Amino acid sequence: MRGAQIAALADAPDGVAEALAAVDGFDDALVHGLARLDEEREAALAALAGAVGATPLGGAAADAAAKVTAGSVAEDALAALAGGRAAVLGAVHDALLASADEALGRERAAWDADAATGDAHANLLGGCRAWLTELAVTGWRGVDHDLVSGADRTVEAVLAEPALRRLGVLLDGLAGELRASCPVGTLERLPVRRWADLWTRAVLLAARGPWSAAAARAVSGRLLPLGVDVHEHPTAVGVEVHAILEESGGSSRLVRTSLLAPKTDTIVGPAVWRLLAGFPVLLGALAERRGLVVTDLPLTPGGDLIWDDERAAAGDPADPFVTARVGLAAALAPPVPPLDRHPVRISEPVLLEGYRVKDGRFELDGQSLAVETDRLPAAGPLTEALVKASSVCIGLLRSDAGGWSVRPLAVRATVRKAPVEAHNGDWALGPTDPKVQKAEAKAGDSVAVLRERAGRLLRA
Amino acid sequence: MVDRSWERRSAVRVVPPARARKLAKVPFVELADGRLQGVVSSGSDVARVYVSSVAAATHAFSCSTNNNRPCGGLGAGYLCKHLQALVKEAVLQYGLERVARYLKADVGEGDDLVDRLDGVKEQAPAAAVFSRFLRHLGYLELPVTAGPVPEAHWFPAGAS
Ligand SMILES: [Zn+2]
Repeated sequence: MRGAQIAALADAPDGVAEALAAVDGFDDALVHGLARLDEEREAALAALAGAVGATPLGGAAADAAAKVTAGSVAEDALAALAGGRAAVLGAVHDALLASADEALGRERAAWDADAATGDAHANLLGGCRAWLTELAVTGWRGVDHDLVSGADRTVEAVLAEPALRRLGVLLDGLAGELRASCPVGTLERLPVRRWADLWTRAVLLAARGPWSAAAARAVSGRLLPLGVDVHEHPTAVGVEVHAILEESGGSSRLVRTSLLAPKTDTIVGPAVWRLLAGFPVLLGALAERRGLVVTDLPLTPGGDLIWDDERAAAGDPADPFVTARVGLAAALAPPVPPLDRHPVRISEPVLLEGYRVKDGRFELDGQSLAVETDRLPAAGPLTEALVKASSVCIGLLRSDAGGWSVRPLAVRATVRKAPVEAHNGDWALGPTDPKVQKAEAKAGDSVAVLRERAGRLLRA
Repeated sequence: MVDRSWERRSAVRVVPPARARKLAKVPFVELADGRLQGVVSSGSDVARVYVSSVAAATHAFSCSTNNNRPCGGLGAGYLCKHLQALVKEAVLQYGLERVARYLKADVGEGDDLVDRLDGVKEQAPAAAVFSRFLRHLGYLELPVTAGPVPEAHWFPAGAS
């Protein structure tokens, strides 16, 4: 990125502030619960419905707002309001992504696939909806231990169903946060937008059945990793690899490939990679900074490769900084599946060079961009100090609450006059830093300890 | 002052990550159901575990095997080695401040939390805690998902 590109992001697209205000009104209503709305919050519900008034959702959202205002908080009304909220944030996402694409000069393919939803697991989903309705009626401020524990069995059952993994991971994350925040009524501040986001997403995922991906097509060619984004909550860890796929036909596109492993809260830091040990080809390429040769790997219309180690082989060494410098400009970006359009998903790989780091921002050509130094995963070697000492960075351009930032995935820095390079995936096969190795050896293999306990006690 | 911009962000971290600790002796610790509770491995028998707990506010404590046999090391007014290990590991995992706050224990800088727990022995539900431990272990039995999980974007790794 150059300074001019950062400058081009400075102005929020038209309508974003108004759209977010409509979302905020609804989110505030969820804080106090939909069972007792005052006039201001009734107006907020109507405003959210009004914001989608011109869309196919408009009628259902208006009816839902009227019903809830009249005191009838039913599942279908909540689903319509959640749909309205998601549509407004979807529009914000589209505007922000378009402005990022324009600033970056990034070409993006158009969405032309159908997404289908299944019609299975009715009982489990009904249990989820009942809990989500109770949360909405009660409001975050009224959440106590009993209400949170009420979801335990449902969440456990959803997690056990692989087709519902996305909903399970989401609900487990939300329930964990609520549990740790109980009694919520005494908290000074609440993650108002966040919990409303998670609630909305869960309502939509629990509405009918798993969202089956639109038809994927098989692709073959060379995959050149740019970096790894690590996601984590107490009971799940996910890695999302951003890469450039050079198809055998010649085209080059930006893709992502993701793995997600359930875990316990005590498995943290570099140990999380051990949960992904069943994918040695992918992890090996990350740790050794190699490309991969993939054969007939499914690629979804949204640009996600469904990873399968059997259909991949280690390729030649491939420096992600070279991949970014040479490949980013020409790679075609994928469209975003309609249901996944939310600003939080925006994660556009970018290369920044020749900046200075000051007050938590990259400064370049008189422009500046916030750096997410609080988002460096303990599973990799990046530290705040390294980022501060860096001058080249592969990062993800992201947006939260309308502001842009960069999340570093890899940096080149100068430490004590020597060049240092660090990538989030460097420790995929185990830490390479002797100090970290020593600490790991001392703590013991947490995954192995718990597996031993599980072997002895679960199957006793 | 309340930070309103924090409240309007999607990807903030609400639960701080647990700190790494050795799991061999105390494989499971949690702050739940009004108790600090967990599972402590027996020093002598690999097949046996102790279920130990300390209640918030009253600091009433209990320790028994997972088959409900009372722990022999437990006195009327003092903690057995399992409970001491449980408290110590909980402090490692969550930090002293969070554990003390949950237990409503008055702990100053440099104090040992164990010294501040002066409750009496109680009968606590060992079976329930043990089944939560088994549920906890169950996460490691679930398969890895290959494929997009867009929901994960709400949970970025990192400290805050
Ligand atoms: Zn004991």
